[in-house]
Amino acid sequence: MKNIYKIREDFPILNKKINGTDLVYFDNAATSQTPKQVIQKIVDYYEQYNSNIHRGLHSLSTDATNQYELSRKIIQKHFGIKNNHEVIFTSGTTHGINIVSSGLESQINSSDELIVSEMEHHSNIVPWQILCEKTDAKLKVIPINKEGSLDIDTFKTMLNKNVKFVSINHVSNSLGTINPIEEIIELAHKNNSKVLLDGAQGAAHFKINLSEINVDYYVASAHKLCGPTGVGFLYGKSELLEALPSYQGGGEMISSVTFKKTEYADLPYKFEAGTPNISGVIGFGAAIDYMNDIGFDNIESYEQELLKYATDRLKEISGIKIYGNPGNKISVISFNLSNHHPSDIGSILDQFGIAVRTGQHCTQPVMDYYNIPGTVRVSLSFYNTKSEIDLFIDALEKASNMLG
Amino acid sequence: MENIESIQQEIINEFDFFDDWSEKYQYLIDLGKNLPTFNEINRVDENLVKGCQSNVWLHAEIINDKIFYTADSDAIISKGIISILISVFSGQKPEDIITAKIDFIEKIGLSNHLSQTRANGLLAMVKQIKIYAVAYDSKK
Repeated sequence: MKNIYKIREDFPILNKKINGTDLVYFDNAATSQTPKQVIQKIVDYYEQYNSNIHRGLHSLSTDATNQYELSRKIIQKHFGIKNNHEVIFTSGTTHGINIVSSGLESQINSSDELIVSEMEHHSNIVPWQILCEKTDAKLKVIPINKEGSLDIDTFKTMLNKNVKFVSINHVSNSLGTINPIEEIIELAHKNNSKVLLDGAQGAAHFKINLSEINVDYYVASAHKLCGPTGVGFLYGKSELLEALPSYQGGGEMISSVTFKKTEYADLPYKFEAGTPNISGVIGFGAAIDYMNDIGFDNIESYEQELLKYATDRLKEISGIKIYGNPGNKISVISFNLSNHHPSDIGSILDQFGIAVRTGQHCTQPVMDYYNIPGTVRVSLSFYNTKSEIDLFIDALEKASNMLG
Repeated sequence: MENIESIQQEIINEFDFFDDWSEKYQYLIDLGKNLPTFNEINRVDENLVKGCQSNVWLHAEIINDKIFYTADSDAIISKGIISILISVFSGQKPEDIITAKIDFIEKIGLSNHLSQTRANGLLAMVKQIKIYAVAYDSKK
């Protein structure tokens, strides 16, 4: 991998001081930081060719359209997607899930069942609850075990002819668990159930080939992949996306409009109504390019090294309880210290310039499972260092002393 | 009983002694630990203050035309902040609570150290304290 200190030079925000001390940014699972290569790409758009896409015939519009469509190609290639039109730009993971869940309304009826898991982000629970409310279908939940892994044996028993859909995260945002998605997809497909994979947490940590794993739908967000906020994508197999109704009406998504009847555009445009987040999409492509330059194999092995170091150091502190100990996990550690409330720990760490996430992490069922109000979550990225982990451990020990 | 304004001034004077944020936080933590035990009967959902990152319960009762507040939280720093608010408002008349100008939070320099989420939580607590006062005042 490129030298870590060279990598850190790419991220202007990492030079920031908080209360006079160096920022230690360990909230990467919520939003990753943006390298100057991506920032510059967004600046270039506004300085050089800001204009609307797909419509104008002028040079600026052509440049903007080309760059926008180039991002679609970058994402197609990176995620091993067969067809370019199977990449739909969205405002993020939540938007992508909602396009699918709301689009399925006419295909789901009261005898059907949908499956999610106990470790899902609220974004992958609530849209399905809404679909169930509308259709009277039943929502079933794959339980987790003490290790923070999915109970696959129970999942097998849940599959029956009524199960139409399984929506599952690749990686748990609160525990870091990497789920055995190949097995889940295979089991679901044998049961004739479609699968949506929530890639929000996985995409930043390892490469995934969507054609190989044969998943039906996949969603992810740019802001967790060194890209800008408010942009993401939905992948769906052509025939499935074609069968889904459009999510919003407006410009771009039509082929002809009369007051008698409107003809909708083909994929991907039928799901991209209105002027999209053009600079965001262009920045998204640049972010994927940036991460590929670093190399996902490098990212994965370095982050695993950080994970091991941080876990070992945390375990030196008395009163630490780490939640989830699955065989496979990304560089996320959820913990509590003695019986201190996570918000107390988070507030004090913040004063030391250390950014962590505290609370339920939008996964209330996981917190309920462990019967805790929340956790402190440390999520490490490839631009973090062991010396930052040492600063965090020192600050955590000080917090522990302060709280007594 | 001192009036709300002079109690606020005392708190401001107290915080002036502290050199840095960690002393302020330590003070809040110690206050939180010394907050009187909350009556379990009052630990009900109706007493939960909405808008806090941790659970905060606030109970009010009126004795001889004065409002007495008790509160609890599952987070210690929140308890420390509550403790200060109680020292300001508890034992005061509803009309004084309603009209009180609350500026000590700004002046003790705590707002700089509270995240927006926590600052919102604090405002939610003050609001709830005032809502109780308005409710009792209108019953008179």
